[in-house]
Amino acid sequence: MQVDEATVRRIARLARIKITDAEAKGLKSELSGILNWVEQLDKVDTSLVEPLTRVVPIELKEREDKVTDGDIADDIVKNAPIVEDHYFVVPKVVE
Amino acid sequence: MTELNKLTIAEARAGLRKKQFSATELAQAFLTAIEASNAGLNAYVLPTPEVALAQAAESDKRLKSGDARPLEGLPLGNKDLFCTNGVRTTACSKILDDFEPAYESTVGANLWNAGAVMLGKLNCDEFAMGSSNETSAFGPVVSPWRRKSADGALMPDKLVPGGSSGGSSAAVAADLCLAATGTDTGGSIRQPAALTGTVGMKPTYGRCSRWGIVAFASSLDQAGPVSKTVRDAAIMLKAMASHDPKDSTSVDVPVPDYEAALSEGIKGLRVGVPKEYRVEGMSKEAEELWSRGIDWLKSAGATIHDISLPHTKYALPAYYIVAPAEASSNLARYDGVRYGLRVPKSDVTDTYESTRAAGFGQEVRRRVLIGTYVLSAGYYDAYYLKAQKVRSLIKHDFDKAWNSVDVVLTPTTPAPAFAFGEKSGDPIAMYLEDIFTVTVNMAGLPGISVPAGLSAQGTPLGLQVIGKPFDEATILRAALAIEDAAGRFPVPYRWWESVSQAAPMEKAEGNRK
Repeated sequence: MQVDEATVRRIARLARIKITDAEAKGLKSELSGILNWVEQLDKVDTSLVEPLTRVVPIELKEREDKVTDGDIADDIVKNAPIVEDHYFVVPKVVE
Repeated sequence: MTELNKLTIAEARAGLRKKQFSATELAQAFLTAIEASNAGLNAYVLPTPEVALAQAAESDKRLKSGDARPLEGLPLGNKDLFCTNGVRTTACSKILDDFEPAYESTVGANLWNAGAVMLGKLNCDEFAMGSSNETSAFGPVVSPWRRKSADGALMPDKLVPGGSSGGSSAAVAADLCLAATGTDTGGSIRQPAALTGTVGMKPTYGRCSRWGIVAFASSLDQAGPVSKTVRDAAIMLKAMASHDPKDSTSVDVPVPDYEAALSEGIKGLRVGVPKEYRVEGMSKEAEELWSRGIDWLKSAGATIHDISLPHTKYALPAYYIVAPAEASSNLARYDGVRYGLRVPKSDVTDTYESTRAAGFGQEVRRRVLIGTYVLSAGYYDAYYLKAQKVRSLIKHDFDKAWNSVDVVLTPTTPAPAFAFGEKSGDPIAMYLEDIFTVTVNMAGLPGISVPAGLSAQGTPLGLQVIGKPFDEATILRAALAIEDAAGRFPVPYRWWESVSQAAPMEKAEGNRK
């Protein structure tokens, strides 16, 4: 699979990572190389195989539906770059 | 008295109980060694002497009052992927900046509640993505091992300590902690252990809680120890493992006394040798060592059986779909809003994109983009679903093998440690470092790497023992038989102790590039 530069830019947009034109060029060949390499999986017949979803067959546990913590707003915003009154501050989103 | 930092966990535990030295003296010996050595090795990204000395003081009280816990007073290093309450945690990425968690990882809490002492946070590849520790935002870890030339002289090239738990492996090999925590997603404990002459164990998926560990690929990540001996690995695993309601994938099964199980020996143990691990490009040394390992286990009473794991060669390409896919999802949380780095821009999308461009290193960006691609509309079935189906086949290979054998013996890596920069230009060459370890993560099995010999250039090589789910006790017994036969491999020449004096410790704490 060869990816082109437009695809690299589209993927970078989806991943929310800004890339320069020079980086897009480099990534085009790197990503193509990796995707070519994983293409060997096409040789494996998986038509009758279920995808693995759990490596260990356990039932997910259910827990009691109750609040186990709270009143830690200070802790939650402690590491935020910009905070006002326990709110995370971001640039204006809605005009 | 021998230098305290050169002891094993079992020896230090005995010494503390017999009051040959105090926990404070022991912690101080390590802090002094770290101060003298860290500038040369870059193993610690944040030494925490005040935490260590406070914990050691508490240990001394308990040792005195006869109230000692299982790991009382034993100084450990903690990979910087484990969240530490009130202590900076970065995953060795710029994007976490000076993140200071308000909570402790469950594995960390288990260790400190068992009396262990934290010496500091250990370097690793950024978000645990790498096999050489060269992707860390704090710069690479230098292996304490050096190659020898034909005339026996030490060569100047810096070698990698493996990765991603390269700070853990280097610190244990250089006696800068008794043992260390690590995490293993595709080989990140076992490969660095093999490259540094240390013991590295990845438990069964679900044995240790993943809560409070910075997530890379959630269906593969598992915590485990790096230690000097197999016995120490058994002691560490017992303390690290637990069922944790905060991690729904952690399994509610009893944790055996692994140390006690070691004395059972391996008489009658059925050892499988998979033909598919004889890969092209494997070094002659690794192949010879593998044969020697087979002989050692045979002499200790095991029987050897040829087995086939036919889908082995597809494990690595399948891994490089599954792991980046899960990573791209896990790393979506780093957006510059709630914690970590922010590059302020006038609109929110530009803020996200600029923050993530500045905060993620090259390898992390590459993997997030691959992961985004394979999960994007129209490609999910062709890549992610396909890889998960291949994963079923890999697991099925092992399930079948367990009908005729109890453990599987392989080399840990195809070759010994390489030099800085030797593989960093070629992502796939670097990915091939994990060719023998990644199958174990894909199948969720336990695996251990135990040092077994030296290459012609005097650098370590390891053997890997793979076991059935939750049968860590058996692979520890097999690993002990190898250790008994091969002996231990301490670093022969401590060159780093003379180069470090000039640089102060602050440098290690603050020099994130």
